[in-house]
Amino acid sequence: MMTGDGSLALIALLLHALGFLTLAIVAPLRRLGRPGAFVSIACAIGSLAAAVLSWQQHMGGAVSRRVWEWLPSQGQTLMTVGILADADSSVMLCLVALVACLVQVYSLSYLSDEPAPSFGRYYTYQSLFAFSMMGLVLAPNLAQLFICWELVGLSSYLLIGFWYRKPSAARAAVKAFWITKAGDVGLLIGIVLLWRQAGTFDLTEMRVLVESGALPVAGLSIITFCLYMGAAGKSAQFPMHIWLPDAMEGPTPVSALIHAATMVTAGVYLLLRTEFLFALTPDVLLIVAWVGAFTALLAAVLACVQDDIKRVLAYSTVSQLGYMMTAIGAGFASAGFFHLLTHGLFKALLFLGAGAVIHAVHSNDLPDMGGLARKMPQTAIVFLIGTLSLAGIPLFGGFLSKEEILGAVWAGGLVGPFAVLMLVAFLTAFYMFRVVFLAFYGVPAAAHAHAHGHAHGGHGHHAEPHDPPAAMALPLWILALLSMAVGVYFTFTHPETEFTAPGWLMPAAVGTAVAGILLAWATYQRQIINPVSLASAFGPIRYAAINKFWIDNIFEGIYNVVLLGFSKILGWIDRYIVDGVLNVVSAWTLTSGDDLRTLQTGRAQDYVYGVAVGLLILLLWARWALA
Amino acid sequence: MGLQAYLTLAAVVFGIGLFGVVTRRNTISILLGIELMLNSVNINLVAFSRFSGDVTGMIFTVFTICITVVEAALGLSIVILLFRVRRTVTADHLDLLKG
Repeated sequence: MMTGDGSLALIALLLHALGFLTLAIVAPLRRLGRPGAFVSIACAIGSLAAAVLSWQQHMGGAVSRRVWEWLPSQGQTLMTVGILADADSSVMLCLVALVACLVQVYSLSYLSDEPAPSFGRYYTYQSLFAFSMMGLVLAPNLAQLFICWELVGLSSYLLIGFWYRKPSAARAAVKAFWITKAGDVGLLIGIVLLWRQAGTFDLTEMRVLVESGALPVAGLSIITFCLYMGAAGKSAQFPMHIWLPDAMEGPTPVSALIHAATMVTAGVYLLLRTEFLFALTPDVLLIVAWVGAFTALLAAVLACVQDDIKRVLAYSTVSQLGYMMTAIGAGFASAGFFHLLTHGLFKALLFLGAGAVIHAVHSNDLPDMGGLARKMPQTAIVFLIGTLSLAGIPLFGGFLSKEEILGAVWAGGLVGPFAVLMLVAFLTAFYMFRVVFLAFYGVPAAAHAHAHGHAHGGHGHHAEPHDPPAAMALPLWILALLSMAVGVYFTFTHPETEFTAPGWLMPAAVGTAVAGILLAWATYQRQIINPVSLASAFGPIRYAAINKFWIDNIFEGIYNVVLLGFSKILGWIDRYIVDGVLNVVSAWTLTSGDDLRTLQTGRAQDYVYGVAVGLLILLLWARWALA
Repeated sequence: MGLQAYLTLAAVVFGIGLFGVVTRRNTISILLGIELMLNSVNINLVAFSRFSGDVTGMIFTVFTICITVVEAALGLSIVILLFRVRRTVTADHLDLLKG
């Protein structure tokens, strides 16, 4: 059984399905809450073990492919289901299994105030998400990938709207669902068009077709662009990034799992899986790169002005997704994928750390925090590790992957996006350390937090903030140590890359990050630069960023003017022209029927009269017309 | 007198009969009108038989007269039944088939 036939990956996948089905079908278990959660966590741990073992089998480059026939069509098989475990998908599988497992453990404590039935519901959704995400990662064909793609979208919707009684959460869930759905339509069109061109959904067969040159290149640009649209929706690329910050209405562990580490990276993963197609369409790749770089910059600027700690992290995720997309656009999908993996680790860490802070302070807002490093030293340390990883400091997780992306973009000859990404690296370090200095150092907000606590009243139990309990601390430390381990490992052993980065790149990247950190330190820690005057120096940009560059308003305007206007016109046509014609016809029928029925007098004499007159007319007609 | 005179007579009697059927209010008068129309046909049959020298028309007329008698009996009994049920024999009131 321990041969590389992919059964381990299959076990990892099916364990989550088992967890989901158990909780979904056995309703009493789900309503008990905690016992249901333990079932789900047991499945997650087993799944993690299987995923790690599977990764060990496949990391050397072995490929296991197991497919079963699913939809027969005219004696052939139209569609298959199965798994495709190779180096990329198994390492991604590990990331999903790891973060899913840690998040489930973390949620035990984070959501302990929830009533038991909704606690069980949460774990049901979590298992469904993990299963769908793994199905997506392991999908051997685009059809299965699309099905799982929609399933993760559904789980994301359910989990964002977990507190569905809160109107803002319900709205955010619907917004996320619809915006990603807009991209999914593109993806579906792309997959069907590709099927018409290649005659198969299967990724392996498609790769063979491409390598033998049998796939016609004409019209491929439209297909890859459609696929990119799906990826852009899921991975929150401009202008479809607006759903991700709102998705922060969900519980923080959900944000860590779905909206930082796994689901939002599905778009990047899709592009990695279909890299061989995109390589044939350099024009689309150029769009990918420029949109990615623009998204990275836009989101980084937006992150600088947010006061909600989760929103800073959300925009930071959008920005980092832009980074990955740019690397893919430069033609080096592996660099983007590498950053996806390290980013998954440290962004999950940052979100879970932020969750610990929110749990302790009972607020998302940075002004309510401050000076927390003394009260929650463990959280401060792990958050700092995550922040340094995100900033790309040597010895920390994101260092090499970020540098690889910059190197890839430079090697791809995209000077414009490269410059943008360097600026973004500076901004990233700045806004992340702004969070660190405002939340963990500086003046404790205790004085006015106290007043706040009274103002809130309802919370009542505003105890002194303290480090989280073990169930929350353990995942934090595991992720922090893994981020460190990855960082240290890759700082000393550079993996072989497909491109050669120039020698000045690493010092430049690190220098930019350090400059960003120093600026944040000088502004928010030492107050050498007055934050207010710094803000006013960037007045118009700041003003625009606070209003999210009016992108939400533009969408709203498009909805109000174009869509509503169009529907109003259609409604008018339907009401007055389509319905009008029918109403007139039916009214005519009614009145003419009413008139005609008076002919039917019921008196036999009238009928005789009619017959006689009719006969007479016929005779006359025969006499004069026919003769 | 030629054939034409008989035919004209038959047509006039038929017209009177039809007029009676269409205009009379009383059901019995309508029956009388029907009798008139049947008899005009008899005149036609007899006239044609006489002028063509073929007796078939005469024989047919005898049949018609028999049937007319039967028809009159049937019609009258229907009228009597109708009177028992509806208490009227005025045709204008017998409009159950009105649409």
